[in-house]
Amino acid sequence: MGLLDKEFSDGNIVIAKVDDLFNWARLSSVWQLGFGLACCAIEMMATSMSHYDFDRFGVIPRNTPRQADAIIISGTVTLKMALRIKRLYEQMPEPKYIISMGSCANCGGPYWEHGYHVLKGIDRVIPVDVYVPGCPPRPEALLEGLLKLQGKIRNESLRKKSA
Amino acid sequence: MALKTEHMVLNMGPQHPSTHGVLRLELEIEGELVKKVTPHLGYLHRCFEKHAEAMQYNQVVPYTDRLDYLAAIGNNFGYALAVEKLLGIEVPERVEYIRVIMAELQRIASHLVAIGSNGADIGALTPFLYLFRDREHILSIIEETCGARMLYNYIWIGGLSHDIHPDFVRKTKEFCNYFKPTIVELDNLLSYNKIFIERTANIGVLPVDTAINFGSSGPTLRGSGIKFDLRRDDPYSIYDRFDFEIPVGKGLMGIVGDCWDRYYVRIREMEQSLRIIEQAIDHIPEGDVQSAIPKRIKPPKGTVYKRVENPRGELGYFIISDGTVNPFRVKVRAPSFVNLEVLGELCKGYLVADVIAILGSIDIVLGEVDR
Repeated sequence: MGLLDKEFSDGNIVIAKVDDLFNWARLSSVWQLGFGLACCAIEMMATSMSHYDFDRFGVIPRNTPRQADAIIISGTVTLKMALRIKRLYEQMPEPKYIISMGSCANCGGPYWEHGYHVLKGIDRVIPVDVYVPGCPPRPEALLEGLLKLQGKIRNESLRKKSA
Repeated sequence: MALKTEHMVLNMGPQHPSTHGVLRLELEIEGELVKKVTPHLGYLHRCFEKHAEAMQYNQVVPYTDRLDYLAAIGNNFGYALAVEKLLGIEVPERVEYIRVIMAELQRIASHLVAIGSNGADIGALTPFLYLFRDREHILSIIEETCGARMLYNYIWIGGLSHDIHPDFVRKTKEFCNYFKPTIVELDNLLSYNKIFIERTANIGVLPVDTAINFGSSGPTLRGSGIKFDLRRDDPYSIYDRFDFEIPVGKGLMGIVGDCWDRYYVRIREMEQSLRIIEQAIDHIPEGDVQSAIPKRIKPPKGTVYKRVENPRGELGYFIISDGTVNPFRVKVRAPSFVNLEVLGELCKGYLVADVIAILGSIDIVLGEVDR
């Protein structure tokens, strides 16, 4: 805080657009639901750990959907699990974002042809904001996906769209 | 006045952060005491056997990666050995050495995650960060050779997908030198940590006869004090050439076969893996790693069962061949699945919080449980 302390020595005012302020706050603290499905979850964990450090983008895993802003669908979604994910998504407060991580969550991945118990893409159940390809995606790819999501949040507007 | 507690059913999972994936446990509890645990499976059933029927023999290898995704090379290894036994082919010496070194590197990487998540589940998050840092070293060594970080598709039937990188030997030696002091650091950080011992010692005791009756294998069995390791007892590949010990649980902190013993066996196993790597790394012979790969894989009619020691226990492949290019059936004997069955016995009479510690010490991978 050293820099800001010197800048505003006696109570000051910052003027900003509401949209910019809200978007800035939202995109710098995307709290994700700490939730792993399959192989990609290990790469998601590796991304959160010291080598890649998800925390520096403000991504902190939360254990309950009530406190989460984003959910990373990290792995194969089976038909049995799809209903659970839908419920988790519905439990999250607005605004909520979804990163689909890995080929399985994008489109069924290697299981698209013979996987009788695999959902062919999570977007058949819940709306997806960013798709990250790879099997599994490298941590750098997931970081890129997050940056894309932040770019998307930056351009959002609070105004109601005119009819 | 007697305290009256209510019998209730508690669901843990499938989105619980400590169930190591999408496992659902149905706990029947009285107050805080666990009376019965019923695991519910199938949240990650990815139809491995169906895929194996539909694919050709060599196309199944990438799907074996995704069984136990923390030890992908171990899975490739077992499958390749099984099909090679069916075909009756010998692989070159160089391939054998590289396979063993890779499998042991993978064993260390897998145990690092197992130990880390066991600690993280019961509140020690710092070792988790340290261990993932060390795991990155192994991943970068393997990545240099075969191009992937986690799911490698490296061990092919009759050979390897790539020869080793020119830097492989040097970097592996560097890693061995780097990692030895790290194990000591880990011991001081977690193994002899008072809080960790309190949470794991005397918890979830697995008696020897129960372990055998349930068919447990790997660190879960060895934690109970039985020296059973397929690398020694049913040697495959070239494991009979190396000198290594089989660490078993001795009950240093409590009763033999408790959570701490199972945890400690993994740490000592990493040391033994380093020993194997150091014995093998200087003796990799020259040769072509792809010379024995068959052009067309069409085994004769018959069945084969081949088992290998994966980080989680005995991984077996039972393959039925009907003489065509596709396997008729590939049945996987998954160590995690078998080890998970003992959970109900282990958790009886312990607290709800101990279920987490016990589950962490068994170390399951859901990709392998559900297949």
